Amino acid sequence: MTKLVREIGYRALSTVAELGRALLFAGAIVRATVLPPYRPHRYLEEIHNLGVLSLVIVCISGLAVGMVLGLQGYNTLVRFGATGSLGAVVGLSLIRELGPVLTALLVTGRAGSATAAEIASMVTTEQLDGLRMMSIDPVGIVVAPKAVAMVFVMPMLCALFILFGIAGSYLVGVTLMGLDPGTFLSSLSSSVRFRDDIVGSMLKALIFGCLTGLIATFRGYFSAPTAAGVSAATTSTVVLTSVAILISDYFVTALWGFEI
Amino acid sequence: MEPAVAEASPAHVSFHDVNMAFDGRVVHRSLSCAFPRGRITVILGGSGSGKSTLLRLIGGLLRPTGGRIRVAETDITDLPDAELFAVRSRLGMLFQGGALLDSMTVFDNLALPLRERRTGSQQEIAGRVHEQLTSVGLDGVEDLLPGQLSGGMLRRAALARAMILRPEILLCDEPFSGLDPISLKRVEALLAGINRRLGTTLIIVSHHIASTVRLADQVLLLLPGRAVTGPPATLQGSDDPEIAGFFDEDVPDESAYHPPADHEPVPPGVPAA
Repeated sequence: MTKLVREIGYRALSTVAELGRALLFAGAIVRATVLPPYRPHRYLEEIHNLGVLSLVIVCISGLAVGMVLGLQGYNTLVRFGATGSLGAVVGLSLIRELGPVLTALLVTGRAGSATAAEIASMVTTEQLDGLRMMSIDPVGIVVAPKAVAMVFVMPMLCALFILFGIAGSYLVGVTLMGLDPGTFLSSLSSSVRFRDDIVGSMLKALIFGCLTGLIATFRGYFSAPTAAGVSAATTSTVVLTSVAILISDYFVTALWGFEI
Repeated sequence: MEPAVAEASPAHVSFHDVNMAFDGRVVHRSLSCAFPRGRITVILGGSGSGKSTLLRLIGGLLRPTGGRIRVAETDITDLPDAELFAVRSRLGMLFQGGALLDSMTVFDNLALPLRERRTGSQQEIAGRVHEQLTSVGLDGVEDLLPGQLSGGMLRRAALARAMILRPEILLCDEPFSGLDPISLKRVEALLAGINRRLGTTLIIVSHHIASTVRLADQVLLLLPGRAVTGPPATLQGSDDPEIAGFFDEDVPDESAYHPPADHEPVPPGVPAA
């Protein structure tokens, strides 16, 4: 019994310590970003890298999700004679929830894991220590550009996902099912509100970008300098970020007050 | 532990009663030693004796659990990171695997510390990088990635990067390991040249006895529970079998291996299956 209590206490304390360390690490990233020396080319390079890594997967997934939504939505709405609302149903689903959440999960699996693995392998091969020995802060030159790039890239990829999703559902609804294009588009534009839906969606993407950037870099930076450490950093990045995205999604939705 | 302090030249780096432990496993206990200015000190010791840990303590990459460490007249034991960076600008470190950034070309790796310090124009930086690469006998590799270099070339490129800021103290972690004899001699000659021509203090961790004997002005031998220091010739001729044994490169007695009881001996002349 005492062993169990001790184990629970140890785990709780470890979690709190880990959270504290992550907060300090986030502070170091912010400090390295806003204080000189500035390295704009490193940030642009990382934005380009992360974008390229995730672009194709986000576009294809967006199109596929949109097509499935269009098909399912049409088949459901046709029972109620409400096929004219397909644009609204698909648009709101994609903009409010599926766009930010699925984009974040896809980017985590693709770019987040790659970021964690890259930093962890730099730990293993002493590249970060090499930087420290040249009096270069690894957080400033390696970590901050990757974390900040993730925050920038996420809303852009989310917008792209939504765009391809709507295109996919248009393809199914209008081209395959013969829905009137004007009805589809007017239902979409009349139901989507800028503040509630578009801004809310981008806010979610921004928050998910922060979470992915922080967790991926944190896990990589503090990984054990072994092959198993690289693997553990990658796996835990994907698992932790996915859970954090889904949990934070609920709170952002509740706090932002998406109107029905 | 008996103190192992060099007397010949003033200490450039010194340890005073340093303790170091990882998760309760003691690596150094009350270690006191000094690394003289402008000399080559080679650190020898068995696996797990804390040789690389010693280098990382000097570089401030690890903090001791007790005692004091002075590097270039500065006590770095409790120095905050920002101030530690100032001390590190007087140090260079050659890592065992090179530690070059594998996403950057050799040129960018060497130019990085200069660019970060904004020392000179791009043209001046390029000039210094080329000069540094030439000094280690590496021309025409500027546009290659570290992964495209051979082991010996990688070690020399890493040495060029470690020396680009002209450090007072150069720390080398196993600079000869995994090198063919020609590359080994080339790296050895480069290190000797750096010390003789620039007066750089060299602290080298090595397992290579022949290079140690040729290069070292002083050897710091880490033995279980004690550290011994002295010129290589003195230690080689020591009466202490533990010390002299470290320099003994005689072929070991193969009867030290005891095969399992059920192992069938292979008759002479018959190839093993």
